[in-house]
Amino acid sequence: MMTSDHTGGAQAAGAAPYLQIKGLWKAFGDFLALKDINLDIEAGEFICFLGPSGCGKTTLLRAVAGLDPQTRGNIRQAGVDISSLPPSRRDYGIVFQSYALFPNLTVARNIAFGLENTGRPKAEIKARVAELLNLVGLPEQADKYPAQLSGGQQQRIALARAIAIKPGLLLLDEPLSALDAKVRVHLRHEIKGLQRKLGVTTIMVTHDQEEALSMADRIVVMNHGTVEQIGTPTQIYRHPATLFVADFIGETNKVASVFKGSRVALGNLSLSTAATGFAEGDAVTIAVRPEDVVPHSTAVMGEGGLNMLPVTITDMEFLGSFWRSHLRSPVLGDTPLIANFSINAVRRLDMKPGTDLVAELPAERVLVFPRGA
Amino acid sequence: MTDLSLPAGPAIKLKLDRDGAIKRLFMGIIALYLVVALALPLYTMLSKSFVTYSFELDRYEFQVSDEAGVFGDPVTAAALNQQLGVFTADDLRSNSDGRLTATDFFPDFSFRSPVKYRLRGTTANAPYLVGLDLQNTTEWREYDSNTFRRINLRPVTSVGPQNYVEYFSNPTLFSSIENSVFIAAVSTVLTVVFAFGFAYALNRSCMRFKGFFRLVAMMPILVPSLLPGIALIYLFGNQGMLKSLLMGQSIYGPLGIVIGSVFFTFPHAMIIITTALSIADQRQYEAAESLRASKWRTFWTVTIPGARYGLISAAFVTFTLVITDFGLPKVIGGQYNVLAIDIYKQVIGQQNFEMGAVVSVILLIPAVLAFYVDRQVQKKQVSLLSARSVPYQPRPNRRFDALCLGWCALMAVFIVGIIAICQYAALIKFWPYDLSLSLNNYAFDKMDGGGWAAYWNSIKLAGLTAVFGTVIVFTGAYMVEKIDGFKTGRGIFQFLAMLPMAVPGMVLGLAYIFFFNNPANPLHVIYGTMTILVVSTVTHFYTVGHLTALTALKQIDAEFEPVASSLRQPFYRLFTRVTVPVCLPAILDISIYMFVNAMTTVSAVVFIYSTHTALASVAVLNMDDAGDIAPAAAMGMMIFYTNAGARLLHLFASRRILGRTQAWRLR
Repeated sequence: MMTSDHTGGAQAAGAAPYLQIKGLWKAFGDFLALKDINLDIEAGEFICFLGPSGCGKTTLLRAVAGLDPQTRGNIRQAGVDISSLPPSRRDYGIVFQSYALFPNLTVARNIAFGLENTGRPKAEIKARVAELLNLVGLPEQADKYPAQLSGGQQQRIALARAIAIKPGLLLLDEPLSALDAKVRVHLRHEIKGLQRKLGVTTIMVTHDQEEALSMADRIVVMNHGTVEQIGTPTQIYRHPATLFVADFIGETNKVASVFKGSRVALGNLSLSTAATGFAEGDAVTIAVRPEDVVPHSTAVMGEGGLNMLPVTITDMEFLGSFWRSHLRSPVLGDTPLIANFSINAVRRLDMKPGTDLVAELPAERVLVFPRGA
Repeated sequence: MTDLSLPAGPAIKLKLDRDGAIKRLFMGIIALYLVVALALPLYTMLSKSFVTYSFELDRYEFQVSDEAGVFGDPVTAAALNQQLGVFTADDLRSNSDGRLTATDFFPDFSFRSPVKYRLRGTTANAPYLVGLDLQNTTEWREYDSNTFRRINLRPVTSVGPQNYVEYFSNPTLFSSIENSVFIAAVSTVLTVVFAFGFAYALNRSCMRFKGFFRLVAMMPILVPSLLPGIALIYLFGNQGMLKSLLMGQSIYGPLGIVIGSVFFTFPHAMIIITTALSIADQRQYEAAESLRASKWRTFWTVTIPGARYGLISAAFVTFTLVITDFGLPKVIGGQYNVLAIDIYKQVIGQQNFEMGAVVSVILLIPAVLAFYVDRQVQKKQVSLLSARSVPYQPRPNRRFDALCLGWCALMAVFIVGIIAICQYAALIKFWPYDLSLSLNNYAFDKMDGGGWAAYWNSIKLAGLTAVFGTVIVFTGAYMVEKIDGFKTGRGIFQFLAMLPMAVPGMVLGLAYIFFFNNPANPLHVIYGTMTILVVSTVTHFYTVGHLTALTALKQIDAEFEPVASSLRQPFYRLFTRVTVPVCLPAILDISIYMFVNAMTTVSAVVFIYSTHTALASVAVLNMDDAGDIAPAAAMGMMIFYTNAGARLLHLFASRRILGRTQAWRLR
């Protein structure tokens, strides 16, 4: 897992994946927005494109939708090469950040927009609209105009409109980012539940890691137009493939170091690590997540355990379910070590600013990345 | 991460679907319209301005026989002319219709004489007419004297800058440039200052009657630009009511043109400056106050810089309007020549189309320059607008408010006064001798100028322009805004759509003569019909409509089209069901703009109307020209009432339609 393995783990052998992206490039003039993207998505999967703004995630989504066609490369959907098909001949429903609801049409007419003009009888359309309104939990709102609905309700109408035509692929472009924090959390569950119920293959673009971690079956972490890692939320979080991923998802303490005999140097200390694949003397960066720092009382110092660091608490912030603690260690010099300590641990060890502790950095949680990457 | 670079190969292009094809087709059709109605006529005019016609006498050779039929030696026309001196160099300069009678070279010619004549060209291009038969040959042709008297030499064309050389070496014509620039500059300064005061009062004071003043300021838009000229004649003309106020100065000339120009450009400048002032940020004024800056200092360091783009834009728009206006100097300019008048005189008076084209090209220069500056400034102002600002809230200040009220009242008296004078003039029996009221002046059928038919023609033109103009402009704007890819095509279209704003009406009209009044042009059939008037008016006012439509289209969600195509719905369903209803306010604005301008325009149509398609605005001009000033005023007032009525109708219709179709706007 520590190698830069770009193909995720959920690959099923045998059947071809539902959506296949091969060697995809996108150039805007001289600027390369996407560089050699390769990605397989299985039928029924919920995929998140996650990354900072400008990483190319929306560009990739728009290429899949045919809105901004890629410069090079192929996309296959359900075995068909859709690389050069215009949007109207692809099979997807889409929800934008703005929802793009037609303001002059009622909710019911918005949802029915893709159903009308297709030879379906009126009664069938009406029934389908009612069914969809029920599905998104807004059966009472059929005759209202979009402007009369809250943001969360508009969002759900946009979703209902997109799935009305039973598309093979559902594309969500930052669908939650315009909403209040509370509505957002609520809608996450709803969208995920809906997706599971319908079994529709879904791609969602987001810059919100929490959203991605809580909703996706697999996450595609992107940066500077390349894929950094593809994996399940736990893989991404626990075993980030690159320093960027470790840094972008969750929080992490970073220290520059050098690889020496299967250990990494940290000041006059050397830490053991589970990381492999580095040569003697390689410049590396060590990364440790705040919640992986294990606190001990100073009494353990003499026991000579592995990866033990003498520290002093300089500052503590109460964040509800845990304490964020800033630690200083002579080993680290000026760089503070951030640790999240449980309320229990804080009580047990009677921590407060000024308390001396021993911080253990468990070897399997000491992540090592090549420096400069 | 290793450095990656794009692999070689062709860029992926999406297949064109039906929607894309239809959009391109529509854009192509409207682009073609603009090419035919604008680009080609302008090009034709430009090339005509470089064409000169002259008689080349050394290209013709004559032989004359004696009475017995024995021919003498051949002699060129040039040599004959040198001997006789019948034609000066000036006589030999000609136009496309020029003819030179061959018998003039033979003083003792008599059509009864048995003398025979032979004529041939010395080069391939030596055209002459025998009756109506065009001959162009180097073979000798023999004519008896009775036929010979029907022979006319025709001029040959050559291409070069001679027309321009001639123009600039003619002091009378050249002085028109100075006059035009002078008039436009003075009017611009006055209008911008007056309009700024007015807009400042509306935006920055707490005076009363703001709505009324806004309404009054818009009134000049509803009348032809030459109407203030008529009012000024009644006020300060030879028999004017207030002539003594001028203390011997004549209103006919620069003075009258400037006053009238201030009147008709006032609303244009006012709108632009109001927009600029309304984007001011309250916080800047609070900052200035907290720094204890004086009101005077705040005005010069905050207000003026904040409105600078508006002021520049207003100045250029006013300058262009004045320098390209034709009606006002025609009515009240007297002997004072300006460029627009020169075009008219060259074309209508002297039938010298080529020289008219030269003046047109010169008139294009300030218009294009103003257009360019205005576009640059508009771009910058948009970026000011997008900044998040707290709108300025004026606070009551009795002295300042009273001052503002006074200023606005003064301007209102000026504007309402001018229109009221016209109304008065229209209702008076015979100024200044019989001041009783009558409707005699409205009996247009008794005067030259087109009569009531002209008025109805104007209504027809305005209605057709409003309908077709709005459809063409809005469809074009939609296609260019919502097409995917096809950058080059869209760029060309945008250029074509912006071009009309840079072309003065007179120039467009003259270009239409050159282009459509050419029998070789298959579109010649529309010449002299209502169609060409509609085409020219739609084209003349295309740009403002286009920009209005674009603004409205940019405000609606760019994601509507992707959503519709993902729902596999054709774009025209989205267009009719969503885009048009949502943009209805803008669409109505475009149509009323087209209507009002079609009613008032003179310059674009004065060259191309025919006897069957005389127009009210042109009738005002012609009746004034014929000395029927009171009926001219009456016709002007008819235009005013029609436009005011149309505006009211538009307001009423907008309210109703919006009430019915825009329920979604209410929360």
